[in-house]
Amino acid sequence: MPRLPLQWRLRLLGGVTVSAILGFLLLPALVVTLAAFNSRAILSFPPESWSWRWFVKALAYDDFQAGFRNGLIVTGWASSIALVVGAAFALALDRYEFRFKRALEAVLLSPLVVPHFTVGLGFLILAAQLGMARGYGVIVACHVVLVLPFVLRSVYISLRNLDPRLELAAASLGAPPHRVLTTVTLPLLVPGLVSGWLFAAILSFNEFTASLFVTAQRTQTLPVALYNYVREYADPSMAAISVMYIVVTATLLILANVFLGLAKVLNVEHPR
Amino acid sequence: MSIPAEDALSAAAPTPATRANGEESIAVELDGVTKRFGKIAALDDVSLLVRRGELMTLLGPSGCGKTTLLNLVGGFLMPDSGEIAIDGQRVTNVPAYRREIGIMFQNYALFPHMNVAANVGYGLRMRRVAKAEIARRVADALALIKLAGLEDRKPRQLSGGQQQRVALARALVIRPKVLLLDEPFSALDRNLRASMQVELKEIQRKLGVTTIFVTHDQSEALSLSDRIAVMAEGRIRQLGSPDEIYRRPVDRFVASFVGDVNVLRARLERIDGAIATVALGAARVKVPSRTLQGATTGSIVDLFVRPEELRPAERGTAVAADGIVAAQSYQGGHVDLYVDAPEALSGRVLLRVPRHEGMSLWRAGARIGIALAADEAIAFRPA
Repeated sequence: MPRLPLQWRLRLLGGVTVSAILGFLLLPALVVTLAAFNSRAILSFPPESWSWRWFVKALAYDDFQAGFRNGLIVTGWASSIALVVGAAFALALDRYEFRFKRALEAVLLSPLVVPHFTVGLGFLILAAQLGMARGYGVIVACHVVLVLPFVLRSVYISLRNLDPRLELAAASLGAPPHRVLTTVTLPLLVPGLVSGWLFAAILSFNEFTASLFVTAQRTQTLPVALYNYVREYADPSMAAISVMYIVVTATLLILANVFLGLAKVLNVEHPR
Repeated sequence: MSIPAEDALSAAAPTPATRANGEESIAVELDGVTKRFGKIAALDDVSLLVRRGELMTLLGPSGCGKTTLLNLVGGFLMPDSGEIAIDGQRVTNVPAYRREIGIMFQNYALFPHMNVAANVGYGLRMRRVAKAEIARRVADALALIKLAGLEDRKPRQLSGGQQQRVALARALVIRPKVLLLDEPFSALDRNLRASMQVELKEIQRKLGVTTIFVTHDQSEALSLSDRIAVMAEGRIRQLGSPDEIYRRPVDRFVASFVGDVNVLRARLERIDGAIATVALGAARVKVPSRTLQGATTGSIVDLFVRPEELRPAERGTAVAADGIVAAQSYQGGHVDLYVDAPEALSGRVLLRVPRHEGMSLWRAGARIGIALAADEAIAFRPA
């Protein structure tokens, strides 16, 4: 075999390495997807015959339906509250100088380093102390705390990318502060706000560890319902649910990218 | 219905005929204005009168306070002390949105989510002008800046020059009392810059709008301004017409910052009232004595001479200095000669000579004499 030039060999090696890493990242999703279409009633890989029946069964299962509904309720409230709170804090951090600014930032981002089970356990103890039943309130509060850093980050980056001269120009043209906000600042922040909300929603909907502590039988979210199911049964309807999860999330992200340009809101541009 | 564009835009500014002398002719007044950022005084007790309809340039290096002054007039900053008045009304603490100011930023700051028409009409919408009236005035403004037909474009679909025109139209369509320009040309390439400068000057004169223009580019300032305020370290060093600033700088800073200048070591021979005589080699130069306060006869002074006031001469004649040509730089209309001469503070003198004056005579390495063409020099005590 003729020896390839060194540069080519390095490039080949690089390509193989990158492909291996990407394959490794996608492998679980692939395995689960194939398992979901297995017609036999055990979670096995690779499947021997194919069927949609686990999708039908998963969609018809009461606990999953309830979990889905609960998840939507919790996610809707948690991500919306986190959006308002996070946007307000992001605005304050971006626009104002004050004492303990660094400390405030650290506290707001701390859920990133505190384990989810710690947060969940904390809220569980707190809710018990306050005599609150394990209702939706405590789950929503718990999720707000967990997704806040992501909303904050997303809105903060959008604010950083906003040229302050746009607001000055609007003011010079006669726009009082509230009209600057509604006609210039907010419209330009829409991509940041929507993507912040979207990330919060996805994280909240998928959150399991903390939710396990703060949900009850009546309020369990979908991931918790899945966990309870897999403790009892091991058929491919789990995998079917997982596939639906992946498809819905990916669709949302693709739509967000097409309409908002996620690349723009995930990076700090260097204006001019 | 057709209304000439300039009528639709013409500001409240009066025509030259109705301009009165005295109070009414002042559009912007700053009185003892100071602005500090931390311990640094960005503006230090500055007073300035801008006449109605004039184009006043604030010229200076970065950090001289010119942008701070602009932001104070615009209402984007509030002064620590002093007063600001626009059209005779005190506006020191009036916020920007009630000042009726037009501003054009270096990056134009067009609203990226609005098309050209919406950008230009923004100020009118904020004033709750009727829709039909907005449409008419926007169309007139776009005609004035020669961008009719581009109403529906978004800013990112426009070239740099077009964006600048839109920014100008947006600022002018509200008939501002004062137009503020913050380094508006520095983002344009050289050719476009020159034509935009001419166009801006034309529009400004046509509308008679009082304009404050901030730049660090001295040639831009000289070519555009009615008057220039040269600033350094938070103060105005000199205020005057471009010709005054160029030919009669009040201090070393202004003389060096505006235009090219040679600094030559000379000897003060005598002072007769307003005129001093300075000796440089065999040449005698008359300079104003005002800038030589405290210098004693016979002492060394720094003579500031513009490159076009020097010319090459035969050696041995009564020349100011002798030197060796270091380099020759052809500039099309003229030739720059760089001559090494010990009399120059920097060791090198720049001569700007007409193209036809025997380029071949002054090749690099040639030994030449340097003569003074006219009494257009100024001297300062050594720094």
